[in-house]
Amino acid sequence: MTAIVQSRAASVAGFWRDSGWAVRVGITVAVALVLVAVFAPAIAPYDPDAVNLTARLQGPSAAHWFGTDHLGRDILSRLIAGSRVSLGAVAITLSLILALGIVIGGTAGFIGGRTDQIIMRLTDIFLTFPTLVLALFMVGILGTGLVNVIIAIALSHWAWYARIVRGIVLSLTHRDYILAARMAGITRWRIFARHLLPATVAQLLVLATLDIGHIMLHVSGLSFLGLGVVPPTAEWGVMMSDARQFVWTEPLLMFWPGLALFVSVMAFNLVGDAVRDRLDPNVRMEHGH
Amino acid sequence: MSLLSAHNVSRFYGTKTFAGGGRERPALSKVSMTIEAGETVALLGRSGCGKSTLSRLLVGLDTPDEGDIRFRGESLRSMGRAGWQELRRTVQMVFQDPIGAVDPRATVGDIIAEPLRPLCGLVGRAARDRVHELLLTVALRADDADKLPQQLSGGQLQRVCIARALAPRPRLVILDEAVSNLDLHLQIRMLDLFAALQRDHDISFLFVTHDLRLVERICSRLLVMDGGRIAERAPVNSPLELASPEGKALANAILPALPLR
Repeated sequence: MTAIVQSRAASVAGFWRDSGWAVRVGITVAVALVLVAVFAPAIAPYDPDAVNLTARLQGPSAAHWFGTDHLGRDILSRLIAGSRVSLGAVAITLSLILALGIVIGGTAGFIGGRTDQIIMRLTDIFLTFPTLVLALFMVGILGTGLVNVIIAIALSHWAWYARIVRGIVLSLTHRDYILAARMAGITRWRIFARHLLPATVAQLLVLATLDIGHIMLHVSGLSFLGLGVVPPTAEWGVMMSDARQFVWTEPLLMFWPGLALFVSVMAFNLVGDAVRDRLDPNVRMEHGH
Repeated sequence: MSLLSAHNVSRFYGTKTFAGGGRERPALSKVSMTIEAGETVALLGRSGCGKSTLSRLLVGLDTPDEGDIRFRGESLRSMGRAGWQELRRTVQMVFQDPIGAVDPRATVGDIIAEPLRPLCGLVGRAARDRVHELLLTVALRADDADKLPQQLSGGQLQRVCIARALAPRPRLVILDEAVSNLDLHLQIRMLDLFAALQRDHDISFLFVTHDLRLVERICSRLLVMDGGRIAERAPVNSPLELASPEGKALANAILPALPLR
């Protein structure tokens, strides 16, 4: 057991050591974003919701680094506060998607037979529609608001994960080490928990890291359309939506939240790519671990 | 009463279509055999002859389409939970491909200890001690317990698998080409180990292999399989004489110790 813990700890250090500069930048930005989100109230120079109509639509200055918006609110503070909503929403959505995917896909793959057939046909229905259309449809049924947007995005994405989980479970159940576990007399549930789940989660995490950016765009996209987070709450999508009417006169208003979204999506994609390369057992063998 | 027996066992593999039909190919047809407690039997045959299928059926990892597998006279089909527990404790198996037969995320110690809790109720210190004892039995080092499968060679991993099979102190171990991957020196060492286990602990082996040389050292009788059927049953004498064409083909396939011109 200690060997596993040691090799895990070594692999975190090794991960940084073996990564190229792009991945290092990605990791740094992602970690910085998470820290900013966690300590948002302490970092933000102004109250993100404080309206100051005398100082509206100012350009970047020493007092307001990124300027102020149409209600005189400090844009930097709103971006920092918005990171909380965006990252928090992504974290909750992804956890929901992973839980649904593992439970539904795992059940289908592990039980098999008729259960598998029924679950997978249901999954196919969800896979037929583009996720944004499905999410819009769900919001239409559930109503607007951040909670409903999270539920809608989770419900429109679980099917992809369920299908992948089922595939992984199916490919593993006929491996000799699962047969060996059956020979060892351990129960089906323990085989699932000890041998199938860790392998599945490892592969899913990679997919999840690659999806962080995508889901972030979904949350902001739905907020931009006025379906998710409602103004005046600071959120990147809402900020872009607010900036629409000033796009010709004050293009920077649109630029800052767009840049924040672009940089975060990019950072998480870089990290996701690197994690995928890292967790591929064949690549790991070449590293000699 | 025999320890494990197959009665007219058949197994078909085929592609089932939506319409329900489909072509079915018999991997085994009407095979009968028995293994008595304490005897070591060889199951010989070329690849694809059905010997691996038969060994999986014998341990209940797969179910026959026709016929019956019996453990101490009781059919596996009607056996209860306690019976299965007893079967697992009594009959163990070593798989052909050692790399595929171990969880790449588990340490060697965890792999060998896996059967100890469910089958022997051993946990903690007692389990660790037993793992160390088993590692020494298969000529590995005690500190190999902390290693991951990627850090071992194929031959070392196969010995880990053998140690895992020996962990619950079984009466019968089915070796599915289990020594084919080892080098000659290790093969002999493992065969000596099996012979010692057989002599001192009265453990029997079912030696599933295509290599006739392995048979002569420790087996008392052999079965030759071909095309899903048993082609020949013979006692192991020296010199070994096989009557069936399939048996003769296997005997001729042995490479001479020195190359001939």
